[in-house]
Amino acid sequence: MLKLIVQRLLALVPLLFIVSVLTFSFTSLLPSDPVDLIIGDAGTQEQYEMVRHRLGLDEPVHLRYLQWLGRAVQGDLGTSFFNSVSVTGAVMQRLPVTLSLTVMSAIIAIVIGVAAGVAAALRPRSWIDRFATLGATFGQAVPNFWFGLILVAIFAVNLRWFPATGFTPLTQSPWEWLRSVILPSIALGTSSSAAIARQVRSAMVGVLQQDYIRAARAQGLPFRRVIFRHALTNAMVPVVAVLSFQITVLLGGALIVEQVFAINGLGTLAIGAVRQQDIPMLQGLVLVMVALVVAVQLATDVIYGLINPKARPS
Amino acid sequence: MTDKPLLEITDLDVTYRDRSLLGFGGRTFHAVKGANLVIRAGETLGLVGESGSGKSSIANTVLGLVPASGGSIRFGDVDLAAMKTRYPPAVRSRIQAVFQDPYSSLNASMTVEAIVTEPLRVHTAMNRAERRDRAVELLKLVSLSEEHLTRHPHQFSGGQRQRIAIASALALQPKLIVLDEPVSALDVSTQNQIINLLYERREELGIAYLLIAHDLALVHHISDRIAVMYLGHIVEEGPSDRVYRAPAHPYTKALLDAVPLLDPAAQRRRRAARKIAPAQDATRVAETGCPYRNRCPSAMARCAQHMPPAYPVEGGGTASCFLLAPDTGGETPGEAA
Repeated sequence: MLKLIVQRLLALVPLLFIVSVLTFSFTSLLPSDPVDLIIGDAGTQEQYEMVRHRLGLDEPVHLRYLQWLGRAVQGDLGTSFFNSVSVTGAVMQRLPVTLSLTVMSAIIAIVIGVAAGVAAALRPRSWIDRFATLGATFGQAVPNFWFGLILVAIFAVNLRWFPATGFTPLTQSPWEWLRSVILPSIALGTSSSAAIARQVRSAMVGVLQQDYIRAARAQGLPFRRVIFRHALTNAMVPVVAVLSFQITVLLGGALIVEQVFAINGLGTLAIGAVRQQDIPMLQGLVLVMVALVVAVQLATDVIYGLINPKARPS
Repeated sequence: MTDKPLLEITDLDVTYRDRSLLGFGGRTFHAVKGANLVIRAGETLGLVGESGSGKSSIANTVLGLVPASGGSIRFGDVDLAAMKTRYPPAVRSRIQAVFQDPYSSLNASMTVEAIVTEPLRVHTAMNRAERRDRAVELLKLVSLSEEHLTRHPHQFSGGQRQRIAIASALALQPKLIVLDEPVSALDVSTQNQIINLLYERREELGIAYLLIAHDLALVHHISDRIAVMYLGHIVEEGPSDRVYRAPAHPYTKALLDAVPLLDPAAQRRRRAARKIAPAQDATRVAETGCPYRNRCPSAMARCAQHMPPAYPVEGGGTASCFLLAPDTGGETPGEAA
């Protein structure tokens, strides 16, 4: 297991390198010029050259990349083109916001998805099953930003249970933090919970027909033990395999849902950076995202190995 | 062996409801009809029949996995049929099971130790160390060793897996073990090892077996009595040797004829002598009359009218066939189907 973790972390290095080269070259290929955006229409040629030099854009792209790389390996992802803040600082400041949203929506997606999937699988074709299937179809079909707006209209504007917008850091007030992330997390997690529910249901229906379930019941094990210890652990094997994908989807979805709830997370930062062609900021964001996705995949692989002895390297 | 039955099945019916697409209505399917069986303590009853004959339904009902829809199953002082599938733990722990496919009957996510000790964990107050000691004992009983405790099922062969399943079934020292086709998923050389193992443990531990199989020849070796099922009915029952050497019911004869003979000449003679059974729809359950009459070479007109009662057979046991009736009703066997 340790070997797997080390392998994955080592593989992260070339991956991050490739991704950074790609982002760097793509942003250089853009037809518009960030310098124009900074000095505006009224700027003179002199000002243009000055800003261009200050940002280092007058140097060839490969040199710029190497300079950036040299600092990046030391943890300095550069400075924003626009407000001269450190990219590392800005990203690290927004990271907890987006992580709160992603983690909370992943918890919601897994809890609802697994519960609905198990309930449906225990009584196939019952009204619970039909209701869960219908709900899953609905959940997957509804766009998260629209669902978010509906949630705001009902629970924030009408009922006033939750704030409609904004984010309170966990360190400031755990209760307010929970109140501020709950609606966006539901908006975000619903479609994943639907996907997970479908997976759990079909895996669970298959597992419940296995002889070891029959054997466990024949041995007189309590119903809950049969369902959770025997059936669910095995049913989760295929589910965990797709879980990393779902969490990646959540991470991407968080960027959109942040807009709906006016939350200053990585998504808001990323959209601003794209608009302004803030290359260092964009670069930093992409790298952090890639690292997050790899970390999620590693975590799910470790869990996969824990619940499925066959997948363990012997 | 005492004469008091350990398990006494009387007029057992098991039905399944085939739910329609919308969840209501649907047809009722009779898997077992009016079955009678007796197992005494320490005795092995072999239950044979082709697939779909209802033998696994009897196993599932005895194990409390499927409710009985009629009749009684007396086990000691209690009626299992009346409890439906809600057996108290004291009863559960005295009836254990080994299933057909050791590749699917062991939970792949558990270690051998967890599998073997799970019944102890649920039904006894033993602590972890005591359970572990017992697990080592149990593994020795099935010719495995302590070093296997930490391994997972996928690291074992089919025969070894079945030994693990047997060890788990022996854990609580049950009075009865239901063996549902315990060797039919194994290759032939392993089959004998497992059969011998079961035989030896039975002698040592005084356990009764309900052994379900489709191979009469194999069942014959370790059974004291044999019951033969066909389409939900027990058509013949009796001491193992008698049923094997002198089958009374035409279906039992057909089952025995299905076992290939080693001598080709004898096999040829038998094939020539065997009447060609009318190839009719065997799956259609006869609502009245004998369920076997469609395939029976000796079918008579009365077979279609009444279900033959269980007639005593010379040498012990009973068979449900009008051929054994004291008066044949003036008919010649084989004239009507």
